[in-house]
Amino acid sequence: MIDYILKRILQLIPALLLVSVVSFSIIYFAPGDPAETLCTGPDGSANPKSVEEFRIKMGLDKPLHTQYLIWLNNVLHGDFGYSYQSENPVFDHIKKAFGATFKLSVVSLIISLAISIPLGIISAIKQNSPVDVACMVGASLGVSMPNFWLGLLLMLLFGVYLHWLPVAGYGDGGDLEHILLPAITLGTGSAAITARLMRSSMLEALGQDYIQTARAKGVSERIVIGKHALKNALIPVVTMVGLNFGYLLNGSIVVETIFGWPGIGRLTVDSINMRDYMMVQGCILFVAVLFVAINLLVDISYRYIDPRIHYEAA
Amino acid sequence: MSSLEILDLKTHFPTPDGIVRAVDTITLSIRARETFGLVGETGCGKTVLGLTIMRLLPPTATVEGKVMCAGRNLLEVNEAEMRKVRGEEIAMILQNPTTSLNPVMRVGAQIAEAIQLHQGLNKRDAKEKAIEMLDAVKIPSPSGRANEYPHEFSGGMKQRVMIAMGLACDPSLIIADEPTKGLDVTIKAQIIELIKKVTEKKAMLLITHDLGVARELCDRIALMYAGELVEYATLREIFEDPLHPYTRGFLGSLPDRGLVPIPGMTPSLIDLPEGCRFHPRCEYATDVCRQKHPEMIEVEGGHFVRCFHARS
Repeated sequence: MIDYILKRILQLIPALLLVSVVSFSIIYFAPGDPAETLCTGPDGSANPKSVEEFRIKMGLDKPLHTQYLIWLNNVLHGDFGYSYQSENPVFDHIKKAFGATFKLSVVSLIISLAISIPLGIISAIKQNSPVDVACMVGASLGVSMPNFWLGLLLMLLFGVYLHWLPVAGYGDGGDLEHILLPAITLGTGSAAITARLMRSSMLEALGQDYIQTARAKGVSERIVIGKHALKNALIPVVTMVGLNFGYLLNGSIVVETIFGWPGIGRLTVDSINMRDYMMVQGCILFVAVLFVAINLLVDISYRYIDPRIHYEAA
Repeated sequence: MSSLEILDLKTHFPTPDGIVRAVDTITLSIRARETFGLVGETGCGKTVLGLTIMRLLPPTATVEGKVMCAGRNLLEVNEAEMRKVRGEEIAMILQNPTTSLNPVMRVGAQIAEAIQLHQGLNKRDAKEKAIEMLDAVKIPSPSGRANEYPHEFSGGMKQRVMIAMGLACDPSLIIADEPTKGLDVTIKAQIIELIKKVTEKKAMLLITHDLGVARELCDRIALMYAGELVEYATLREIFEDPLHPYTRGFLGSLPDRGLVPIPGMTPSLIDLPEGCRFHPRCEYATDVCRQKHPEMIEVEGGHFVRCFHARS
């Protein structure tokens, strides 16, 4: 098991290198220049002299590969550089933004699971009944509804008309009042997909021979469904929920922007707009590491859910 | 004393293509401590009969008739009482042990579940008992094996687990559905030996397509064809004096009797032939067989046959 994890971590190194090279070059070749963006004041064009000074100070005058190698060397020494905008360490910005995203992700995941797992199970048990049809129509709606639209609707209803919840913002460190609307917006979309998967894998499990065996033992239907079938049906659901959580943690650009949530998605987009190279690099690398780490966790968790799976470092 | 009595049992499945008459007016009784073999080709309705007794059919099935056990009709008791019957009074060993064990539960826990449920033992005692059961079906180092998962067992071992599970609550009747299907010849012989030993004092309904297995285990045998019984007698009479052409054909297809197959195919249970259901495949068929459906007649004490020409 330890061998397996070590091997997986070693495999990450080339992937992460590739991610950083690609993102470094894309942002470099994109039109716009951080020096000009930063040095342009409200009263017209930038002063060429200060633009030149800024370039030299930030090392932007050097060739691309030299810039990359300097950055890489710094990263390997734990230095992610400084934001051109705020001049604070990139890592501090990411840490703060990730905190906000993490909170939002956890709450949306809870909302998503609380909706999808029971609905999926009920739909499967009452297959083809009106309840099932209603759940699945709801799920289709949830999947097809764009996030920004649902977000705006919720905002209108609960924020503008009913005044139950604040329209947007982070509040006092992301309190529950402020977190609810963005979390519901994010949670319902993934709940819809999870509910459909839960339903189909539950139906598959209920059709298996071991379900008949359990019934033949005299086990009650509640335990047949809640123990014998559910344990098997959850295996594919866990994969999807894990991946979903990975996406959530990467920060939703759309939802974070609509609700003014200072998360990692918004930080990335803002940095791209400002051509804040160091910040963009830092965000992308962070998100990439996070995503593969979650994938690894999902793979490891299989071993505990499905006893048939064994990992060997082959 | 009979352990189970089935009277005019009909199990039909309405489908868009017509009614599937999987079990069509079957009457039989299983005596205490006897092994009763229900033999027939695949698709003749044997398994459905077993599932009907256990009331494990899908809700679309319609069931008529009576299944009498310990003075009551199992088709009429409520679901809670039926759950007590399942596993405690009647245990069913389902076919395909590979798919019939829950892949994500430890083998010991799967056996202990029924014990906990029916005998009110706590978790630890139930597990103790489960280990005893594994030992009783000759699984080596049972206490270690109880903590393993089904995929760590071979096919024959899984079948032993299924048998242990069936025996766990000491039921008075065991329904074993194809317990030797898919096993190697040597393993098959071991499983037959095991079943013979553990069911010595119990009534058993053995469902099989293999007359060889039935010969090893049964006291009486019923031949089932296209949803109904065609002949029903003691083991000796079936083998020495078979009366129905289907029984003769079935015996003739045994390896030691020449491996001669019965010509033709089993009819669809939706579209059954007029008259005797076997007549399209029967070399003795006459006009009466094509027109009239034969009744079950008792030829001599306890030997029943459904054929117009049984004694001619």
